Amino acid sequence: MSGTSAEPKRWQDEMYDELRKANVTQFCYVPDAGHIIMINRSLADPEVHSIGLTSEEEGVALLAGADLGGARGVLLMQSSGVGNCINMLSLIEGSRFPFLCVVSMRGQFGEGNPWQYAMGQAVETVLSAMGVICLKVDRPEDVVGTVQAALTMTFKSGRSVAVLLGQKLLGAKKF
Amino acid sequence: MKTEPQAVKSLFTLDRTKVVPELVGKPDDFLIVTGLAGAVYEIAALTNHADYFYGLGGAMGAACMMGLGLALAQPKRKVLVVTGDGEMLMSLGSLCTIATVNPQNLSILCVDNGHYGETGYQRSHTARGVDLAAIATGTGLKRVHTVAVEEDVAEGAKMLRAGGDTCFVLASVKPTDGPKGKLNLFGDECRTIFRRALLGPA
Repeated sequence: MSGTSAEPKRWQDEMYDELRKANVTQFCYVPDAGHIIMINRSLADPEVHSIGLTSEEEGVALLAGADLGGARGVLLMQSSGVGNCINMLSLIEGSRFPFLCVVSMRGQFGEGNPWQYAMGQAVETVLSAMGVICLKVDRPEDVVGTVQAALTMTFKSGRSVAVLLGQKLLGAKKF
Repeated sequence: MKTEPQAVKSLFTLDRTKVVPELVGKPDDFLIVTGLAGAVYEIAALTNHADYFYGLGGAMGAACMMGLGLALAQPKRKVLVVTGDGEMLMSLGSLCTIATVNPQNLSILCVDNGHYGETGYQRSHTARGVDLAAIATGTGLKRVHTVAVEEDVAEGAKMLRAGGDTCFVLASVKPTDGPKGKLNLFGDECRTIFRRALLGPA
């Protein structure tokens, strides 16, 4: 866990802490290396529901249901998962559900797997087309401020927001 | 050794206009989420468009996962998802996810008429042998029940409202429509009505 040594807090821990401070209690995801710290934090947190999905679109519907019940959630996914959500995002747009997702980007800066480019490069276009506002982060020092902004936009203003964690931030996967 | 193929339990003979109200019972014991088409019309009519019900007009495949999110958010309330065979077939993965979470206040009623009624009554996979109850059992859901004949109804109704492990009840009905009244297709209004009734003014 973080904060026990002189080491600076990892930005992933800061992001998790911001989400918890904002009372996000449903964390859902398809397992993803880019989100491993957040996923493990949610699994170890007795105060939240940590829900593994078979496909990312399930998470979109889950968060809409959470909102109906007055709870807040976040969908953690890789850029390839964005494509799995497209029609389900009509639920969000049509009913004005607040929606927050954090996307670990592939197919971008330094990507070594050509399979990742098609969806990775289309993420912003696809999300924007479905009414989701994209906030990009490429530097560790911008993570907290961006997540705070996204939380306000989502849960105070009722928007749908994607925080895109770029490969400059995450580092490209080594092959 | 040759084994006989298992009998398909779906008989598609029950009348949904009779069986669905019997299975749901007193609807305001639940918070209800429905899938699109047959299910939403049916529950809108059954509840007279009540404020404890949210029905889809699109986003096919969302109902079960919405029920999960709602059930986790409202652990003290019973949540009922009503869906059809077409919507269930589109979101089989959600049954797997729900089985791993197994909320104690979630019940799923799948009204299986073996057809895509909304698009002109094309046969669905369930009319060609796919058994959704067997799939539900295979996900690890502990309480699964098929209502194929009238004698199965009482057990199904009991299971839906008993609480405990998440349950899946498959009602095998004739390929006909339920009641078809007017729907409010403005999801934002339906969301606001539902949340206001449950949570109070925003």
